[in-house]
Amino acid sequence: MEITVNGKKEDVQQCSILEFIRQKGLKPEVVVVEYNLNIIKRENWAETRIAENDNLEILSFVGGG
Amino acid sequence: MENDKLKIGPKEFSSRLFTGTGKFASNDLIPKMLAASGSEMITVALRRIDFTAATENMLEYIPKNVTLLPNTSGARTAEEAVRIARIAREVGCGDFIKIEVITDMKYLMPDNFETLRVTEILAKEGFVVLPYMLPDLPTAKKLEDAGAAAVMPLGSPIGSNRGIKTKELIEIMIENCTVPVVVDAGLGKPSHAAAAMEMGADAVLVNTAIATAHDPAMMGKAFAMATRAGRYAYRAKMATVGKTASASSPLTGFLR
Repeated sequence: MEITVNGKKEDVQQCSILEFIRQKGLKPEVVVVEYNLNIIKRENWAETRIAENDNLEILSFVGGG
Repeated sequence: MENDKLKIGPKEFSSRLFTGTGKFASNDLIPKMLAASGSEMITVALRRIDFTAATENMLEYIPKNVTLLPNTSGARTAEEAVRIARIAREVGCGDFIKIEVITDMKYLMPDNFETLRVTEILAKEGFVVLPYMLPDLPTAKKLEDAGAAAVMPLGSPIGSNRGIKTKELIEIMIENCTVPVVVDAGLGKPSHAAAAMEMGADAVLVNTAIATAHDPAMMGKAFAMATRAGRYAYRAKMATVGKTASASSPLTGFLR
């Protein structure tokens, strides 16, 4: 199925947000996930299933002034 | 000066030097700089993850007693800034937010109009809003009315280290604003920070000049001392400036 991740289309298997983050090789504790314009708290990542045409923004805190 | 705390929103700050996390050669330098400078508030930014690079959590480098000031950098419209602010609060960064809405990529001038729109929205949602702005009194007054907790006029373009080129405009703001005035951007050396504080600014925000110094911790301390010196000078009320000499010793001859 196709979803949008950080503005780019991607073809992914059925999975939860947590599984997706792990597949990307990211440590869950360093990222912030916006899912269809809503923030999903880390404790809810495992139960949130990604569906066709979903929009994921995967963000992190970086240095800035 | 025990009773000289700066109150912004619900919090009181002993240090009037606010700092930023951008441009450090290594994140390890950030806690060292914070310890050396005594800065109690620091900015962070939020960005899309680069899947090809290792990602660190910037927040791990900031001690818990330091207030986080997430910025809305990267926002080009009020809507984007609002979205960033809500994300930052949702993930536990607290209620403080630095509004930064920029469309001019050469001088990084803030868009005062969009900034005012964001401030109106976020102040209603309970954020402690610190808008980065072009120094302009009418806009500053509108920001106050909209609920800004402080206003942050620029001294010169971000990262330029040019000092306070907008001096008289900031002085007009200091004279007329009721919320704290924090001089943000362009302060390139401690004497610039001291000058801002001597003018009566309530605080300064310094990132590039500290982060890109050869020794950021020592430079952080230098800025903290200068900020303090300038604040003391302002509170002490400076002596008048004259054109000719005014003898500080008696003018009579030595033995006559």
